[in-house]
Amino acid sequence: MSDEQHSGNWWIWKVFWILLAITAFEVMLGILKVDGYLPEFLVFDTFLGLAWLTHIFIVLTLIKAGYIVLVFMHLGFEEKSFRWTILVPAFILVPYLLFIILSEATHAYLMM
Amino acid sequence: MADSLIQNDMNAPAWKGGDVPYKASYGKMMMWFFLITDTLTFSAFLTGYGFSRFKFKDVWPVPEDVFTHFPFLHGDHPLLFVALMTFILIMSSVTMVLAVNYGHKMQKNKVIMWLSFTILGGVLFLSSQAWEWGHFIHGDSGAIELNNADVIHVVKDKEIYSIYDLMGADSHDGSHHAFGMADVKENFASDTELGLRLYDKTFLDHSTSIEYLDQNASKVLLGANLTSNEYGHVLFADYFFFITGFHGFHVFSGVVLLIILLINTIMGTYEKRGHYEMVEKIGLYWHFVDLVWVFVFTFFYLV
Repeated sequence: MSDEQHSGNWWIWKVFWILLAITAFEVMLGILKVDGYLPEFLVFDTFLGLAWLTHIFIVLTLIKAGYIVLVFMHLGFEEKSFRWTILVPAFILVPYLLFIILSEATHAYLMM
Repeated sequence: MADSLIQNDMNAPAWKGGDVPYKASYGKMMMWFFLITDTLTFSAFLTGYGFSRFKFKDVWPVPEDVFTHFPFLHGDHPLLFVALMTFILIMSSVTMVLAVNYGHKMQKNKVIMWLSFTILGGVLFLSSQAWEWGHFIHGDSGAIELNNADVIHVVKDKEIYSIYDLMGADSHDGSHHAFGMADVKENFASDTELGLRLYDKTFLDHSTSIEYLDQNASKVLLGANLTSNEYGHVLFADYFFFITGFHGFHVFSGVVLLIILLINTIMGTYEKRGHYEMVEKIGLYWHFVDLVWVFVFTFFYLV
């Protein structure tokens, strides 16, 4: 990519359109949900305590985050060792935090 | 360009400071390390939000019912305004990358132009957030708080009915300070089409409602603040102010940094220094602010 970097700005705009398209898609799903046009299993059936629609939103969010971090923040083009030094703490600590806090929250809900 | 950034002698032994870890300059690496810690801070906030939402899931407000307004437009437009805010922030991220890119090419005027657009985006975002906060604090239809701190709403045909309409008050001229719970009960009793929507989203008919209000109602809620929230559970308002406020403060700091950066660029500081790495470092921070918003957008407004 560092070669492409010198050959213009098209890669910046490409990422912009991807981010915009994903956001527009998310907003569309959100509005369809409010208006009740989404299939029921997406809104009411759950997996790991979250609706399938929520899982879709999370995946789309992670894709957006990936583009921002790897391309806009240029982390995808840094040294591999540097890349992992930055990403590994988040990859380990955030899921761990989510796991302990959210399972605790479910317990708190059941105990109320 | 890398040579001008890394002033260490690569051939010197490590004890003389010769090594350049990860081939990244000191400043850039430290910015990344700061961003790791900030990532964990925001993760903790959003996880905390998740805790309360999971714990109070039966009474948690539905975000699509809370953020439904758009400036100068009437009616309900859920998500549209935050979508606009997201667009503004993504756009300002793009102008930031463009500024960084022209910095690499040492094109001072283009850097100035794109930095200016980025600042404009940041200011637009902050203004939108101010509007959103103002609207959230002022409130929408009002609600009634019960003795046990549950929040319930007045409804007509199962749609939330504004307490301002019930009292014949204008929500913007200050006259809403002139009524209390007793006045609301009185007007409520005189309109037999009215009912109540309880915290768990079940409905009461008119006569049961009057009895219910007599037994349980404690005060009228108009708007939201840190101790009461007409949209539902008070923690929702607390997290809203805290998380979007902390993010907004990041945006504000970013705008200040960008303005300093712009002044330095215009003064030719980076031209003299021989590289525009400072644009890249502030750029990292700015993209991070965008990154956080992507998550806030999903977890606060979408799900």
